[in-house]
Amino acid sequence: MLELKLAFKNLFGSGLRTWLNVTVLSIAFVIILFYNGMLDGWNMQAQRDTIEWEIGSGQVWHPDYDPYDPYTFADSHSKIPSTISSLIERGDAAAILLTQATAYPGGRMINTLIKGVDPNQKVLKIPSALLIEDNSDPEYIPAVIGSRFAKSAHLKEGDRVLVRWRDANGTFDAREITIVSVFRTNVPTVDLNQIFIPLEKLREMTSMFDEATLIVLSDMAGVPVQQDGWSYKNQDYLLKDLKDIMAAKKGGSFVISGLLLAIALLAIFDTQVLSIFRRQKEIGTYIALGMTRKKVVGIFTIEGTTHSILAILLGMAWGVPFLMLLQKTGIPMPSNADQAGIAIADKITPYYGAGMILTSVILVVLSSLVVSYIPTRKISGMKPTDALRGKIV
Amino acid sequence: MDNPIIVTLEKVTKRFPAGKTEFTALNKIELTFRKGEFSGLVGPSGSGKTTLLNIIGSLDCPSEGVATVLGKNISSLSHKESAELRNYGIGFIFQTYNLLPVYSVYDNVEFALLLQKISAPKRRKAVMDALEWVGLADRAKSRPSTLSGGECQRVAIARAMVKRPALVLADEPSANLDSQNSHMIVQTMKRLNRELNTTFIFSTHDEKVMQYLDRIIYLKDGMVERDERKSED
Ligand SMILES: Nc1ncnc2c1ncn2[C@@H]1O[C@H](COP(=O)(O)OP(=O)(O)O)[C@@H](O)[C@H]1O
Ligand SMILES: [Mg+2]
Repeated sequence: MLELKLAFKNLFGSGLRTWLNVTVLSIAFVIILFYNGMLDGWNMQAQRDTIEWEIGSGQVWHPDYDPYDPYTFADSHSKIPSTISSLIERGDAAAILLTQATAYPGGRMINTLIKGVDPNQKVLKIPSALLIEDNSDPEYIPAVIGSRFAKSAHLKEGDRVLVRWRDANGTFDAREITIVSVFRTNVPTVDLNQIFIPLEKLREMTSMFDEATLIVLSDMAGVPVQQDGWSYKNQDYLLKDLKDIMAAKKGGSFVISGLLLAIALLAIFDTQVLSIFRRQKEIGTYIALGMTRKKVVGIFTIEGTTHSILAILLGMAWGVPFLMLLQKTGIPMPSNADQAGIAIADKITPYYGAGMILTSVILVVLSSLVVSYIPTRKISGMKPTDALRGKIV
Repeated sequence: MDNPIIVTLEKVTKRFPAGKTEFTALNKIELTFRKGEFSGLVGPSGSGKTTLLNIIGSLDCPSEGVATVLGKNISSLSHKESAELRNYGIGFIFQTYNLLPVYSVYDNVEFALLLQKISAPKRRKAVMDALEWVGLADRAKSRPSTLSGGECQRVAIARAMVKRPALVLADEPSANLDSQNSHMIVQTMKRLNRELNTTFIFSTHDEKVMQYLDRIIYLKDGMVERDERKSED
């Protein structure tokens, strides 16, 4: 307690330098919070969007389906196991059939993936309800595509485009589809080079009647009974890629946080070295008054560490309004930021979790404790008589 | 002369490294100090006064010989034990006062007691008593920077005395003071010496201080040249 009291008195007594250090450290602290809050917010948004647009609460895959190997798509389709069909009938799952196809927009050739979805499905956010067929024209194929694909293929609502695919027998067939809507999504993996058409239409086009490649589950579906080799993939499994990318980004944030912190800590370190050098006489006096060296080291260490406590308080004072404002307005992201292939919104709403804040606080306090302590070890080796004379050590 | 001996120096020698050789700052000092003595080390600058006081104060160890202070052999004490000896047994008064600038007068005096486990009410009483002794009770809340040199030295005396140590070491306490203040602080210490029977050892080359001393030990080149006691009038 004595040490703490002394530390505060000394800090407040030493004025400008203290506040300079505290300010720098508080800026580092707030930026760390901001940066991690942004990443956490992004991560949560990306996961939520990916769940809502692509993976649902889990999926059941055809035994041969491998999303990383498009060559498997041609063979990974079969009748849906009965346990799953009942889920689909209840509306708790949506079947998707995949077919690789080539599209020829404006004379160009683009490899695409046609996904058959049930227009009535409510599991994914894909606007499948817009896929209304024309009963008088069996040749009419309504399709929805994402805005990124629309842009890269120069397609817009109302455009017709020729697509060519192989049916179940491997025979090529070609038809025109009509873009009935272009949707905006934060999830590039349901957008780029993907065409959504009514499930029954695709089954008919490919002669894969009643078949599907994968089933997307709603959160009401629970863990389905696995049948006929179809395998259940839970959300964690399906989010793995995303989580890996986020982990890499988080790693980058550690580096930046570390650099920021290092600058602030360097200032504290420097102040500590200087203050031990300048306050030798004070150190000698403490020892003459009967303080153990350990206690003197404690005083100086606590004094240095107190910078971080003040910095956190100061950081809270200006950081909380600042961070709250950013949370309210969101952080605008450059429109091409999603080229990285990871779901990203136009605006990220940062998320400041208690755990993240606590970790940052502990990080700041502990690291300042370390840099405060290191110079003070010099005190232990100091001769009190030299210290009292203010002799340069 | 029945008072017990509290400081014994036997062949105390102190050498400091000086380049490739050594410099002998104290040379086989033989001295004893009894409880209640008001004595002083006198000698020119560089004669070893501070070095000797530092050894008696357990801030330094003799290179050779034995220094026994309040029953403890200085050379055999651990850091912690010597801190304890200073904390409970020895008060220091420095030429440059060495007050803690960020502390009030009260806090400076209380500091010595905070290291001991003394209850807050007892501490308050002891601090106020000590400030009364030196006539600064009304400046308790002041910062050292607002005090005169004489006042600072009186705060330092209060700080040294508040824990009622057996021994007070005062290293040239009047060197930075004018004549009036010099008299005043030595008189204050003399009074405390009588009232509390505290042993004082000064180092000084100030005539004004010397006239109050009961015993003057003349040091020269690290050796005791003379050891004079004032005859009791
Ligand atoms: N730590 C030290 N290292 C080297 N020489 C020292 C040290 N302390 C004192 N001395 C030398 O010892 C001698 C006595 O010093 P000191 O005890 O301070 O004398 P005084 O207090 O009588 O002026 C001086 O010559 C001084 O230079
Ligand atoms: Mg001296």
